[in-house]
Amino acid sequence: MNAPNEKYLELVHGKMPKSKHIATMFRAFWTGGTICAIGQAFTDLYSSLPYDLPEDDVSALTTITLILITAILTGFGVYDKIGAYAGAGSIVPITGFANSVVSSAIEHKREGVVLGLCANMFSVAGPVIVFGISSSIVVGIIVLIFKGAFI
Amino acid sequence: MEIFLTYLKVFAVGGAFCLVGQILINTTKITSARILVGYLLGGVLLETVGVFKYIRNFAKAGATVPIIGFGSSLAKGAIEGTLENGLLGAVTGGIEAVSAGIAAVIFIAFIVGLLAKSKTK
Repeated sequence: MNAPNEKYLELVHGKMPKSKHIATMFRAFWTGGTICAIGQAFTDLYSSLPYDLPEDDVSALTTITLILITAILTGFGVYDKIGAYAGAGSIVPITGFANSVVSSAIEHKREGVVLGLCANMFSVAGPVIVFGISSSIVVGIIVLIFKGAFI
Repeated sequence: MEIFLTYLKVFAVGGAFCLVGQILINTTKITSARILVGYLLGGVLLETVGVFKYIRNFAKAGATVPIIGFGSSLAKGAIEGTLENGLLGAVTGGIEAVSAGIAAVIFIAFIVGLLAKSKTK
């Protein structure tokens, strides 16, 4: 009785995660791609405005827009549903970063505004800020040391 | 037709970054915070060695919307700041480049956090 069981389990283990992997990978791909395409649509929209915005301003505005949309969707609990479907497709874009901040803020709200909401806002996204700013300073110092070689 | 091709590139490259993230989630026990940090550092590295600008030129928002683009902005700001203002620029350049995003995240999350109803568990 045991032998076929093991064989069966082997078969199941061989097949199940794989098909699950492919489904989750496909979902992550198309949702992530769509979020980026929405970002591109805002970039195109802002660069077509008659104000002649420089490229950096356009990309900053796009980022702010995506953050705002994500925050509203997170506030209504919609982004969590997207996240449950999309997996990494909702984490890797900048919207995932915004979602982690907003959902932490909402989650800890009942512990108070100062000690709950504000203190825990960056409980997930904090490492991103710490590593981001620290690494940018390291890069700056490296450039400073090898300045001659970089120009 | 050209605009369709642009969006196809954006979609494919942005999707590919997310796909790699999903493979990492599936095959390792990596948390989303670590994925964000990993992508961010990847962006910093690619920008520093000068590869990221080719990805950005090719994929536009497909490269800048994923968190890897956040890392590249940080590194780009730090490099530009250093070349302009020396040591002070090295310290301020990175955060200056992403200040709009960080300020917006903090402010919007604060407001939405105040307004949204916290789910009772």
